[in-house]
Amino acid sequence: MNKKHTQAEMEAIALNVREHIVRMSTDGGCFTGASLSAVDLVVYLYASFLNINPNNLDDPNRDYLFLSKGHDVPALYGTFVELGLMDKARLQNHLSIEDHIYWHPNTQIPGIEFHSGSLGHLPSVAIGVALDIKMRGGDNKVICILGDGELNEGTCWEAVLVANAYKLDNLIFVVDRNNFQANMRTEDLIPLEPLADKFIAFGAAVKRINGHDFSQLDETFSAYPFQKDKLNVVIADTVRGKGLPSIQERADRWFCNFNADEVEQLLLELHGAHNTELTSETLIVR
Amino acid sequence: MTYEELLTRISLNDERVVVMTAENRALVRNLPTILGKRFIDTGITEQTMIGAAAGLALRGRIPVVHALASFLTMRAFEFVRTDAGIPDLPVKLSGFIPGFLSDGNGPTHQAIEDISIMRGIPNVNVFAPADEDDLVKMLSTIWSAPSPAYTRINTRKTGYEHQPYEWGKAEMIAEGSDVTILTYGLLFEQALAAVEILKSEGLSVGLVNMRSLKPVDEQAILTATRSEMVVTLEDHFVTGGLYTIVAETLLKYRKTANVLPIALNNRWFKPGLLPDVLKHEGFTGKQIAEKILGYQTVHKQAEILMNVFSE
Repeated sequence: MNKKHTQAEMEAIALNVREHIVRMSTDGGCFTGASLSAVDLVVYLYASFLNINPNNLDDPNRDYLFLSKGHDVPALYGTFVELGLMDKARLQNHLSIEDHIYWHPNTQIPGIEFHSGSLGHLPSVAIGVALDIKMRGGDNKVICILGDGELNEGTCWEAVLVANAYKLDNLIFVVDRNNFQANMRTEDLIPLEPLADKFIAFGAAVKRINGHDFSQLDETFSAYPFQKDKLNVVIADTVRGKGLPSIQERADRWFCNFNADEVEQLLLELHGAHNTELTSETLIVR
Repeated sequence: MTYEELLTRISLNDERVVVMTAENRALVRNLPTILGKRFIDTGITEQTMIGAAAGLALRGRIPVVHALASFLTMRAFEFVRTDAGIPDLPVKLSGFIPGFLSDGNGPTHQAIEDISIMRGIPNVNVFAPADEDDLVKMLSTIWSAPSPAYTRINTRKTGYEHQPYEWGKAEMIAEGSDVTILTYGLLFEQALAAVEILKSEGLSVGLVNMRSLKPVDEQAILTATRSEMVVTLEDHFVTGGLYTIVAETLLKYRKTANVLPIALNNRWFKPGLLPDVLKHEGFTGKQIAEKILGYQTVHKQAEILMNVFSE
């Protein structure tokens, strides 16, 4: 099992991860807003919950994390660097044709279990892994992180039905509930609420928490499995762009390609210096 | 004129047109306000969107339907085939970031089998404009036809002025006796550059912008075989696309030819920014010309513009 990190340690790691994300949001850019909402979740899971470390990546008894919301992969790259799963120098290769650090996850990066990018695929892949673990009598945990917008895809709900039918209490779906999909607020387009009720009606055991609060995360995941024979679902309420007030909860800052000066200003903003005045091109959202 | 301006004009002139999207709004941002109820965003639900488009078409509407090309053609494939293809309904598919235009997104977003699978559906026609000028010249004809259609949306800016579009016809750019390049989509720009290099190396070179892959301009393919060599150039798997179409056409007319396919051979391409992708995969004008010549040249590759983020 990994060393469990303290809350202060995880906060420090998360801040570093946010810095990495800002540094990747230039020279072609990345899905900055979508990544920042997932940082604390991803950091918590790898730092304190999952049995995944640089020495057990091929061990069939390790835990599994599937990032179905693939465009928040910068949060994963940053966490891997901070926890020693990836060489920091590799972040410089973001979008380089010579490396594999691009806009969606791929298995050329040790620690990434499966590629993603097309939404609503990994809940079912995670079911396959969880089924096999059950068949073999293992006690490893399987996590699948989903975006809230991703829940538009019908396959997510098929997966909840199937996971329930097969009593997969070793499987946890974590919803990064940042209230946005690409262009707008989820509730303004395809409303999801009452979201917990939907999962409960489909047979899952559900907890809803603040996805930026490490003590709540710890309290919640320590209660795993939530209920015997039921799929676990964590709805983590998060903020798109968390950590950068100048892009926080802005529909037009889903994908960001900042200029060099903005990157410097935003790095200071992460430490509470100021709000950055952004001039780089943005998605035009109406 | 841009894609959005054309779509706006056509929608305002024809009450039957309904604009739909699976939350890809990059090229239709102004339409919710302009069209009101005739703009329908179904969220990230490609399959449901196509089914709903078929329902709208049943009631006499002409849905122009948007999503990333990979999800539109692959995730919703059976819905396109069964709900639009079998009843032959005028559902008009607009696929964003097809082929190399998916940049650094990775294999999940690479629509490089789209021509193959869409043309395999009876009644569905398939189009691939070279750039924004070509796109705007082709679309009103495509959208006014009574059948379902799939268009590779390509809004790359160009200085090239294309000829008017005629249904099912290729655009003949040049004729040549040594080699004729058949191509479509964004590689047209690189083909133009290749032609210049080949000419300066003393070859007589032809170039055809295929425009329509189904129906295909068989005469354009047969004419190309008059040159010593035919090149099929496409950002698509070598199976099922233009190379296959040329093979089918030649067999149909009991002909053969010396054909060099330049395509993606049984693998996905390396993700990166568009200019880097073209260079890495060997699809710049200079690399294309040198592949045809069989030797390196001193010619310079013109700068390739970055792609504008349009998801």
